[in-house]
Amino acid sequence: MATRLQGRRRTKSLLQKLSELNLMIIVVVIMIAAVGFALLYSVAGGAVDPWAKKQVIRFVIGMVGMVVIALVDIRVWMFLAYPMYFISLFMLIIVSVMGQTGMGATRWINLGFMNFQPSELMRISLILALARYYHCLAKEETGQYSRLIMPVLLIAAPVVLVLLQPDLGTSLLIIAGGAAVLFCGGVRGWIFVVGFMATLPAAFGAWKFMKPYQQNRVLTFLNPERDPLGAGYHSIQAKIAVGSGGVYGKGFIQGSQSQLNFLPEKHTDFIFTVLAEEFGLMGGLGLLGLYIILLAYALIASLSVRSQFGRLLSLGIAVTFFLYMFINMAMNLGMVPVVGVPLPLVSYGGSAMLTLLVGIGFVLCAALHRDTSISRGGAFA
Amino acid sequence: MVMSPDDLKYKLFTRRASLIAGGMLVLTSGLIGRMYFLQVVGQDQYKLLADKNRISLRLLTPERGKILDRNGYGLAVNRTDYRVNIIPEEAENVEETLEALNAILPISERQKRRILRAVKRQRAFLPVMVAENLDWETFARVNINIPDLPGIQPDMGITRYYPEKDILAHIVGYVSSVNKSDIGEDPLLELPGFKIGKNGMERILDLRLRGKAGNTRVEVNVMGRVIRELSRNDSVAGDTLNLTIDLAIQKFTANRVRDESAAVVVMDVHTGEILALTSTPAFDPNDFNLGISQKKYDVLLSDARKPLINKTVQGEYPPGSTFKMIVALAALEAGVIDKDEKVFCNSKYKIGNSTKYCWKRRGHGHVSMVQALAGSCDVYFYEIAGRVGIDRIHEMAARFGLGRKFHIDIPGERNGLNPSKGWKMATRGVRWQGGDTANVGIGQGDVLVTPLQLCVMTSRLVNGGKAVVPKILLSKDGEEEVVPEVIPYERRNMEVILKGMEAVINDPIGVAFAQRMRQKNMSFGGKTGSAQVRRITKRERDVRIRKNDEKPWVERDHALFVGFGPLENPRYAISVIVEHGGGGATKAAPIAKDVLEFMFAQESQKSQPDEEKDA
Repeated sequence: MATRLQGRRRTKSLLQKLSELNLMIIVVVIMIAAVGFALLYSVAGGAVDPWAKKQVIRFVIGMVGMVVIALVDIRVWMFLAYPMYFISLFMLIIVSVMGQTGMGATRWINLGFMNFQPSELMRISLILALARYYHCLAKEETGQYSRLIMPVLLIAAPVVLVLLQPDLGTSLLIIAGGAAVLFCGGVRGWIFVVGFMATLPAAFGAWKFMKPYQQNRVLTFLNPERDPLGAGYHSIQAKIAVGSGGVYGKGFIQGSQSQLNFLPEKHTDFIFTVLAEEFGLMGGLGLLGLYIILLAYALIASLSVRSQFGRLLSLGIAVTFFLYMFINMAMNLGMVPVVGVPLPLVSYGGSAMLTLLVGIGFVLCAALHRDTSISRGGAFA
Repeated sequence: MVMSPDDLKYKLFTRRASLIAGGMLVLTSGLIGRMYFLQVVGQDQYKLLADKNRISLRLLTPERGKILDRNGYGLAVNRTDYRVNIIPEEAENVEETLEALNAILPISERQKRRILRAVKRQRAFLPVMVAENLDWETFARVNINIPDLPGIQPDMGITRYYPEKDILAHIVGYVSSVNKSDIGEDPLLELPGFKIGKNGMERILDLRLRGKAGNTRVEVNVMGRVIRELSRNDSVAGDTLNLTIDLAIQKFTANRVRDESAAVVVMDVHTGEILALTSTPAFDPNDFNLGISQKKYDVLLSDARKPLINKTVQGEYPPGSTFKMIVALAALEAGVIDKDEKVFCNSKYKIGNSTKYCWKRRGHGHVSMVQALAGSCDVYFYEIAGRVGIDRIHEMAARFGLGRKFHIDIPGERNGLNPSKGWKMATRGVRWQGGDTANVGIGQGDVLVTPLQLCVMTSRLVNGGKAVVPKILLSKDGEEEVVPEVIPYERRNMEVILKGMEAVINDPIGVAFAQRMRQKNMSFGGKTGSAQVRRITKRERDVRIRKNDEKPWVERDHALFVGFGPLENPRYAISVIVEHGGGGATKAAPIAKDVLEFMFAQESQKSQPDEEKDA
């Protein structure tokens, strides 16, 4: 294989790699997904249809993808970073053009077996591209302002396209994921301070840019009771579901809020409320614990990887994963406005699940190739 | 070790990655804090809210108590109303289903449009009424064809029904929709379609008839569909009321006076049980039950004969000559006249400056008490009333139940008026005059009675001195009977009164001799009365007193009659008033005679099979 050109000493056989895969992380991923299966079974009133079964199938496909990604040499991924970014960008453009012709928001491409959201793929692709970019910079260069133009453009292009869809939540997540890579890549600290300060006028600008339903969501978040049957309904019912779960929950398939349909979107963005209602604080903490294990693994991996590419990749994915988890839970708990962000690996939906499994695949890959050093010149230089 | 540029890069990475990890930790703690706040601190509040979401308390309507006559015939009953509903959710195509139903149960285009509109408006699992008040045959046919009628749901509702229509309208009354002002503690009243008693016994005894609401706690989903029943508390049906009314007698009476503006009360003289209580014209309570049209209601309101008034208890009339027994007994008891003392009647009687007249223009000549009662001589009663005085007449009238309410379970009962010296001073500030006493002596002037009071009076006269109290609800088994008080009087005095009442009907000198019963084993006595509605002027008297037929209806005399039967051991008392009917002997007495005859005939019919059995 071409990848064995360098560091032959450290090149491992496929079997070796397989045996070195962190089994605990795979088990944790399966456990998190299993929580999702159980909840989807519950919200269907105790049936595998219409959600649980499909979710299992997608998960199995995703798991295979994850393992394959983990086993491929990390330098291959570094080599493919820019191509993947441009493919993702191209798909976003297509979606945005189709969306315009189709009147209104179109966010996905029909792949036949599932609807795929290019914006999801873009999150990973962007991190790959940024990681590669910073991998190739010398320490001195990372602080140069001229070296900031390229990464800002890399981030801005998909953000603008996603904003046009319009999908404010996803665009903010893309910015946050990218910023994390920039931050750890070595961009000067004060730029982030300024950048954060700049969000205030930007938020004002965004407000003007928002569709009325989005403005409504923000207003309703600030005061859910202002419209208890309309826009505030989600927030209020979600809080009731979570709160009424108490410490130990109402029991599997016993959640009145979810079983009697008082909860909206209970199989997708609000699935955490089902968990909190039926399994209580204990269930919520349990899931949070699983997430923390996964995140801790990704963060520790990022610190122990030799290549800057691998580090930034792992960290970027950890941050992305965390943002999914945090924003979704915070939304379910009524701490942030309602935005369309799923609970990672648990919410029903193909795109997010594949994206996250692919992401974890990259983390596993980085960990597996932690000793592979890559020159600044690039994968095959 | 010397730091390579890469090492510097890594060092920076580690520092900043730790910063990010720290940030994640802070945010995650925020999540945990929030979960604690919602699920531990706020759990009770949110559990309550979740239950409020899911649990719906539904009332179970109790069955309204029935009202039955003394023999168990239904007077106010609950009728099953056969209906057909459609549940849009279960019908694949509402229009097709209606088309199929049309073959069994014709549905007009208008009905169809109404149904389709309702289907659009309502939630799909709620039934929409297709047709109601179906007969059993149609309803059965729909039921048989259910497999071919997807979504059709046969249903039975309950509506109040008064099978005897206007025969007992004033006794039973009616139920109708709840007004805003009726709403109080009972949550039943807030149920859509719930009805409460609005008149008659339905109103007075509404609480007993209504029963107690049950409830069921059900779990509902966000659409309001019932998922399951959590607990149930059955409703308690209202009490069944057994009346003392005998439907057969009531029916006969009501039909007998159907064309008059009249009131008839029939009573058992020993128990006070009211056997018939009729006021005509009446109305059909079923009209009110279903919601009466304004036009129909206006007709009832504007009728001069006042069909909405229950004349038996609400009507106050001068008793006329039917009051003479009271005056006579008061005089005998006071000893101011001997039964055989004769008073001369030349149709005129001077009292003070004025002259009172007897109804008989030629006068009665010399009359004793029995003759005076039989011929209804006014002069005789002017004379003895003057002798005995108003206060003793007042006292005697009170003993026989005049001037008071009996609080039977029918609304609107009036006091009538049993005047006295004190009463006149208190209400009009004028002293009682001798002329006033003379007027009261013949049942005119200030004295007013209700037909119910007249019937009670008659019962007490003929039952051996028991102060019976009228009642309309049959005593339940085991309920202790109230022993009536004894009215103190000399038996021989009462014998004179009863003899007079017998003579009215059965002696050729009696004014109602024509009405005597000719059948074997049938007899009755009584007293007629004709109450002036309008004073006869001096000019009229000089020229000619118009006959009743010649006067406009509202100026004609009220025809009265009180009677009892049979003569030996009387069992029944009856009072009859025909408003503006003219003479009591010609108009009211025949009604009493017919009713009593009917009752006697019914009695012998009932007893005959028993006799055969005995033999």
